[in-house]
Amino acid sequence: MKKVFASFAIGATAMLGQLPSATAQDIAVAVGAPITALDPHYHTLTPNEQAHAHLFDRLVETDPKARLIPGLAASWKLVDPTTWEFTLQTATFHDGTPFTAEDVAYSIARIPTVKNSPGSFAIYTTAIAGVEVVNPHTIRLKTKTVYPLLPVDLGQVFIISHNSGPEPATEDFNSGKLAIGTGPYRLVSYKPGDRLELVRNDSYWGGKPAWAHISYRFIPNEAARSAALLSGDVALIDSVPTADIARLRSDPRVKLWETVSLRLIYLMLDLSRDSAPVEVTGPNGEKLDHNPLKDLRVRQALSLAINRPAIVERVMENAAIPSGQFLPPGSYSYATDVPPPPFDTTRAKALLAEAGFPNGLRISLHSSNDRYLNDAKIVQSIGQMWTRIGVQTKVEVEPWSSYVGHINKQDYAAFLVGWGSSTGESSNPLRSLIATFDASKGRGAVNRARYSNPEIDHLIDEALVTVDDGAREKILMQGVRLAMQDVALIPLHEQKNTWATRADLTYVPRADEETHIFDLRPAK
Amino acid sequence: MALWLLRRLVQAGFVMLAMSAIVFIGLHAIGNPIDILISPEADQAERARAIAALGLDKPLWEQYWLFLQGALHGDLGRSFVFNEPALRLIAGRMPATLELAVTAVLLSVCIGLPLGLYAGLHPNSFTGRLVMTGSIFGFSLPSFWVGLMLIMVFAVTLGWLPSSGRGETISIAGVGWSFLTVDGWRHLLLPALNLALFNISLVLRLTRAGVRETLPLDYIRFARAKGLTPGRVIYVHVLRNILIPVVTVIGLEFGSTIAFSVVTESVFAWPGMGKLIIDSINVLDRPVIVAYLMITVALFVTINLVVDLLYTLLDPRVRLGGRR
Repeated sequence: MKKVFASFAIGATAMLGQLPSATAQDIAVAVGAPITALDPHYHTLTPNEQAHAHLFDRLVETDPKARLIPGLAASWKLVDPTTWEFTLQTATFHDGTPFTAEDVAYSIARIPTVKNSPGSFAIYTTAIAGVEVVNPHTIRLKTKTVYPLLPVDLGQVFIISHNSGPEPATEDFNSGKLAIGTGPYRLVSYKPGDRLELVRNDSYWGGKPAWAHISYRFIPNEAARSAALLSGDVALIDSVPTADIARLRSDPRVKLWETVSLRLIYLMLDLSRDSAPVEVTGPNGEKLDHNPLKDLRVRQALSLAINRPAIVERVMENAAIPSGQFLPPGSYSYATDVPPPPFDTTRAKALLAEAGFPNGLRISLHSSNDRYLNDAKIVQSIGQMWTRIGVQTKVEVEPWSSYVGHINKQDYAAFLVGWGSSTGESSNPLRSLIATFDASKGRGAVNRARYSNPEIDHLIDEALVTVDDGAREKILMQGVRLAMQDVALIPLHEQKNTWATRADLTYVPRADEETHIFDLRPAK
Repeated sequence: MALWLLRRLVQAGFVMLAMSAIVFIGLHAIGNPIDILISPEADQAERARAIAALGLDKPLWEQYWLFLQGALHGDLGRSFVFNEPALRLIAGRMPATLELAVTAVLLSVCIGLPLGLYAGLHPNSFTGRLVMTGSIFGFSLPSFWVGLMLIMVFAVTLGWLPSSGRGETISIAGVGWSFLTVDGWRHLLLPALNLALFNISLVLRLTRAGVRETLPLDYIRFARAKGLTPGRVIYVHVLRNILIPVVTVIGLEFGSTIAFSVVTESVFAWPGMGKLIIDSINVLDRPVIVAYLMITVALFVTINLVVDLLYTLLDPRVRLGGRR
């Protein structure tokens, strides 16, 4: 309903002239998700990280396509198989103190000690066994084992000043006292749930951003966000609601910027039990003596029955691309020979019959209704598509807060989830989603289907100790290929990220979903 | 009177106790906040660490016991999400909600009462009927939609008022208030009107019904027969007698306006408590939810107290804590 109203509101204003522009140096923008803290080591959450990126820098940054580029580290190299050496830029913190290797060492040491963190950045520093400050501009990080992904992991870690005290508290960042980074903007004020006020850091070591002052507002309501753009209150909004995209595209005062994201939306099928899950029964509700989802042919049939292009076009309003693996084309370790599965109901029915279910099955398909773009609508469409091949599907949706508990406990037979591969390469989803669930190794933490394939586990182990990028890519691609052939999960589509700006601005859309206002510039 | 007050306070204490227990059990049944808050990339060890860090690994009765101990010392716990004391978090958002709610209630009285009076005195006039018909829209249109329409008309099309957010604030005693600045009022007007719309209609209809009921009564006729001016009859005799239900409703509505202004707050991106509570429910941020509901209970108890006291002023027959 919300979206209908939003479209209505937008349609009614289409006849108006130019949006007013504020003074050339000031800009107001609106993002959909508020931050939970200004402490850059408190909570691993994209809304936080994109806001922190204005105040703080990382050793390694990523470009809009999620490839690594130098950040506070000008360069890095392996000096021996378990030692990385980072050469640092010359930069200064907002309080005027120079940035040195001490600050890196301090940040890495602080991360695991942050109190009450609901999602710690320690997952990105856990591979580090020792830190050696060689000189103020050089630091060496030793890893426990050969670990080629260290620069990738450090691409998530912000550097704070080593003058922040022995145990800096999250509250002191929120109050602004410690929110001192090396980033392109300084903090003026933070009003929780409302906005950040930022001013340009004129002594920034990188390029000079266009705006002297940013009002960085949080407007979670989709319709209100669109209205704020159209009324000229803000010059940029992120997460443009899919229902508004078509109308905004035709509005001459607005420009849309989109890119395919690293977020895959997929289905998982319960493989955790050999007996049939309660939610899977024969065509007339009769109990089955084994779990049909463990049969590859059934999984293939369920995947082939899905008309991905139709979902992308009708449900997602083209704000996605059909997908057959974890990452979009062009990414590191994208396997070119794994296309999106075709839509083939005849073959799907034949496979079901081969697996011993000529009359189909009954199954429940679950989803959240507030987490991913159009999540509830996607499962409703898939429910119909499955029913068409004889798999009578009962669709059930609920809020993420109760949903996630159930899928973590293997309560559901079939369920929809999304995964953003923040590192932009396949070892990340392979390790978390596909690897055998193993708490001691920290593998398969969100392998909620409890899929297990020793061959893939072996490939992951091998990839994680392969330093050569080209060789590692080949191993990862083989892992992707095996997982998809075995239908370890059913990939649906990669979401697109969409931003809308005033027509007189240019913006650089990012695959990692982060909104960077320093990438927003007046059009020449 | 003192006994009556004491009884009220004890009652309120029990309500809070029961409410907090229900919230603890209810949220525990829904799920684990760590599942929602934690990075999906976290491994099993990190998940266990986060659960322990928030004290969620302890049995529920122990968590509740720790909460009660803290509550007795005025500490309702720290938010799982923001890592700040829940009370401070709510207090930080409260001024925004309070100024919105007070403005809305003032608007509903200032608009609803005169219009209701007019419609009651001239039930068959064109304007009277128009007012009554208009009031149907006031309480039947969803405030979500009305909010968007207000934004569309006054912000997007006419460009007179900003579409959302809170304006400039002036700090008094460490708390920022926006009703002291022009910019603040420009931001306040639309959300307050949106929030008030339902209450305007409610007050209007109550007033009209009261007037229609009171006018034919003997004492009014007598007052007229006595030769009192129409003004005195209406403003003293009629109005005072119909105010009891109106005050009751305004009191209750003031409470719900503060506690449940969430729709208006989200449509207008107003950084108040309503948005905080909805966000907190979505991530099962128990300390904030409990603290918020406790404050809400306290608020309703206080408002009811004030309403009861107002009764005694309006109607001398009402005695607090009197013999039953």
